[in-house]
Amino acid sequence: MIEAQDLVKRFGRLVAVDHVSFHIGPGESVALWGQNGAGKTTVLRCLLGVMPFGGSASINGFDVRREGKAARRLVGFVPQDIRFHDNLSVRETLFLFSRIRRAASDEIPRLVGQMGLDAFVDKRVRTLSGGVRQRLALAVSLLARPPVLFLDEPTANLDARSRREYVSFLQEQKTQGKTILFCSHRLEEVDVLAERVIVLERGRLVADCAPGALPERLGAKASLHVYTESSFVERALEVLTAHGFDASCNGAGIKVQVRSNEKAGPLNVLARAGVPVSDFDYTSAVVDHEVIRDH
Amino acid sequence: MTIELRNVVLLVRKEVVEARRNRWVLLYATVFAVLSLALSWMGLAGLSGYGLSGFGRTAASMINLVMLTVPLMGLTLGATSLAGERERGTLLFMASQPLTRFEVLAGKFIGMAVALLGALVVGFGLSGVVIAYYGGTTSVGQYVGLLGLTFILAMATLGIGMAVASLTQRTDTAIGVALFTWLVLVVIGDLGIIGGSLLADVGISRMFALVLINPLQVFKLAAILTIRGSLDVLGPVGVYATRAHGGSLLALLVAVSMVWVVAGFCVSYGVFRRKGAV
Repeated sequence: MIEAQDLVKRFGRLVAVDHVSFHIGPGESVALWGQNGAGKTTVLRCLLGVMPFGGSASINGFDVRREGKAARRLVGFVPQDIRFHDNLSVRETLFLFSRIRRAASDEIPRLVGQMGLDAFVDKRVRTLSGGVRQRLALAVSLLARPPVLFLDEPTANLDARSRREYVSFLQEQKTQGKTILFCSHRLEEVDVLAERVIVLERGRLVADCAPGALPERLGAKASLHVYTESSFVERALEVLTAHGFDASCNGAGIKVQVRSNEKAGPLNVLARAGVPVSDFDYTSAVVDHEVIRDH
Repeated sequence: MTIELRNVVLLVRKEVVEARRNRWVLLYATVFAVLSLALSWMGLAGLSGYGLSGFGRTAASMINLVMLTVPLMGLTLGATSLAGERERGTLLFMASQPLTRFEVLAGKFIGMAVALLGALVVGFGLSGVVIAYYGGTTSVGQYVGLLGLTFILAMATLGIGMAVASLTQRTDTAIGVALFTWLVLVVIGDLGIIGGSLLADVGISRMFALVLINPLQVFKLAAILTIRGSLDVLGPVGVYATRAHGGSLLALLVAVSMVWVVAGFCVSYGVFRRKGAV
């Protein structure tokens, strides 16, 4: 479905994408993972054929350079920094892109309803909040029901609730058989949406793995903050350290470094040792990008 | 890659809708209309006592107004439209749609040209109504001819503005270069040709050829030719041009202006095609 062969993109002396090759099959959902400047967005742009690049890329057999129009007809694209024409209203924007993408006439009301844009249809795009723009961008990308979606940091500008709704909508699209390629920084998003993760570092493809393998591969650790009575703190530290956890006293509680898939481990250990836990909270895994370079 | 006319028409419509809401386009249209009206009022008030009235005299005084304002409109709107869209990211989003780069750029160019034509028609139209009401309809053909030539000048400078925008990365830079280009075309170009001709002792035919390099001078020659029927008023160069090219002089001048229109568009398209939308 999507074929990238030896993609190279240079900006002056900087090599933004360095001989990247991959294949994505129909219906697959793949995450492009990497820190800022790793080349994720540039890879998407090369695949869309909106900038010159070395190597070759095709979508469903259409060469994105020679048959860019046919290739892009198959793709709905949501950029990271969503910019529409500010002086157009939501309705005018959807109408314009529905005509460009040859969408059926009933698609606009359907997508307006589906994306919760009813209250905004007559508003100018420049007056919309980031979240509403994001929904509008997704609505535009879904016009004419393209089989492929390219999403560049799809939830970057959303609050927690909107993010959940957005991801759940994308899950629906995935179950409907869309091929999805998205850039992300968020492990939880990758966990839920992706079947494969392509890890980029300084423009090079350094790993192509399952989402479950990503945290370990990247050395990602989450923090569990456990709260107990002050008289039990010392005992808790002893027990946790004895069981191999990286634990330290942190203000009123104990901070334990855990792998993303072992969050309950310290709680079980403390319960077995008779240390009462009054409360806990959890901070998602933060990827140590220095570790990626070692892989 | 197939170019679809319907896509170009869609983008032209989009540009026109946007231009109607663009404060710069509105400002330029208003300023041009006010100055045109002022010129027609002054022309009518000052000359009616001598029995001169109608469109001919106002058309002559409009030439200077057009030479100052229209290139400024074309250059800056061309520069801001393309460079601004690239900087905001809207050009990237448009290029990511099933459109060819030619369709994207042609839609933008024609749309902006239509918007400029609208602004010119308002200015010429309002003063035309005043002249027709108070001074009669003498020489209305010349006036309409001048509007046509002004539109070609607007397209030529729009093309140059878009070419400038395609060659620069930032909107600020594009506007700066567009303003400098305006200054060169309006002031420095003229002085340069005169000074250079005197210093290098350039012959009359070469001097005429040098004048044709500047689209503003081409417009001036074509406009004077339309209004007066000859270029004798411009001295030896005018006499040479009239004698050398005779009845085909206006066609030559219009063709040279159209070369500027096409050249500006081709440069911006060539760069857009090579560099992409980023």
